[in-house]
Amino acid sequence: MDRARITDLYFAEARSKLIDLAAFLDRVERSEGADDFRMKSLRAALKELGTPGPERTKKILLLLSDPTTEPIAQAGGKSASGAWPGY
Amino acid sequence: MRYIEPHAHMVSRVTDDYSAMVTAGCRAVCEPAFWAGFDRSSAQGFYDYFCQLTDYEPRRAAQFGLPHYSWLCLNPKESENTSLADEVLAMIPSFLDRPNVLGIGEIGLNKNSRNEIRVLEKHVDLAVRHKQMILVHTPHLEDKLKGTRLIVDLLKRNPGIDPGRVIIDHVEEHTVDIVLDAGFWAGITLYPQSKCSPSRAIDMVEIYGAQRLWLNCACDWGHSDPLAVPKTAIEMKKRGHGEAAIDRLIYGNPLRFLSQNPKFRVDKNDRETSSDAAQK
Repeated sequence: MDRARITDLYFAEARSKLIDLAAFLDRVERSEGADDFRMKSLRAALKELGTPGPERTKKILLLLSDPTTEPIAQAGGKSASGAWPGY
Repeated sequence: MRYIEPHAHMVSRVTDDYSAMVTAGCRAVCEPAFWAGFDRSSAQGFYDYFCQLTDYEPRRAAQFGLPHYSWLCLNPKESENTSLADEVLAMIPSFLDRPNVLGIGEIGLNKNSRNEIRVLEKHVDLAVRHKQMILVHTPHLEDKLKGTRLIVDLLKRNPGIDPGRVIIDHVEEHTVDIVLDAGFWAGITLYPQSKCSPSRAIDMVEIYGAQRLWLNCACDWGHSDPLAVPKTAIEMKKRGHGEAAIDRLIYGNPLRFLSQNPKFRVDKNDRETSSDAAQK
């Protein structure tokens, strides 16, 4: 499928998600307090998003992942936050 | 359109979902054992759950003419309770001969802890001893990469494992090649927020090929859509994929993997054309 057709198919959806992301960042910055590790990772991912090159999705998923290899001693809870606190 | 839903937690869905899935072309549904949303207090709770998966739920699905299959295990979210895990593991073999049980699953890791790995190893040993197929859950979000690597390493260390009889589920762009390069099947889960969107799933199919991939909705009591697979098929059509390629991905591939267990059967009206879909 050529670029024009892909753009036709997904531009409106991507534009909508982009505006939602901008609104989220505005909302965060209007609020009181400091960024936590999730926002730090998100801001780093946004830089990656603007970097030309292939596999942006994979690079951003890796940036948000725990890169360590050793099992943890014990699971403290069951849920995931979406970003690695050690980033 | 016809499809097989290879991963759905129907015990947490309403009857209308069965009706909608059958209307959309679902020919069989497979239900791995999972976390109930709370920790069970005893092995008896698992006994009742396994009875539900192997007796009650197939009868509920049959009201819609839908064959229902199941996979059994203790979910990694409950693996920190190792004594409970041992009791449940000891109980599983007594259910393996039930007519709708396809194998051991969805086993795997959640937070990548030592106890989760111990319990996963025991499930894998159980599957090998009883010649069962395996369905693996990979962790959520930031834990997925590390968990997928640990799971693949653990499986590769076991000489009794045939990668062609193991599906590693919930892959994303940063884990799909780890799974496929090791010879395993990979599952892509279509979720509204976490895991994968239809458009990203189709990207992965186009990049990695559909030879050892399946799509699933993994619908449960959280944000999920029991019609995610047929909706993705419609998006594939918009992307220019032909009817035959779509049929191979959403019907032929799960049929090819699941038919390794002779208990898995599709309706005789589909059987006439299924060998083509499964072999291409």
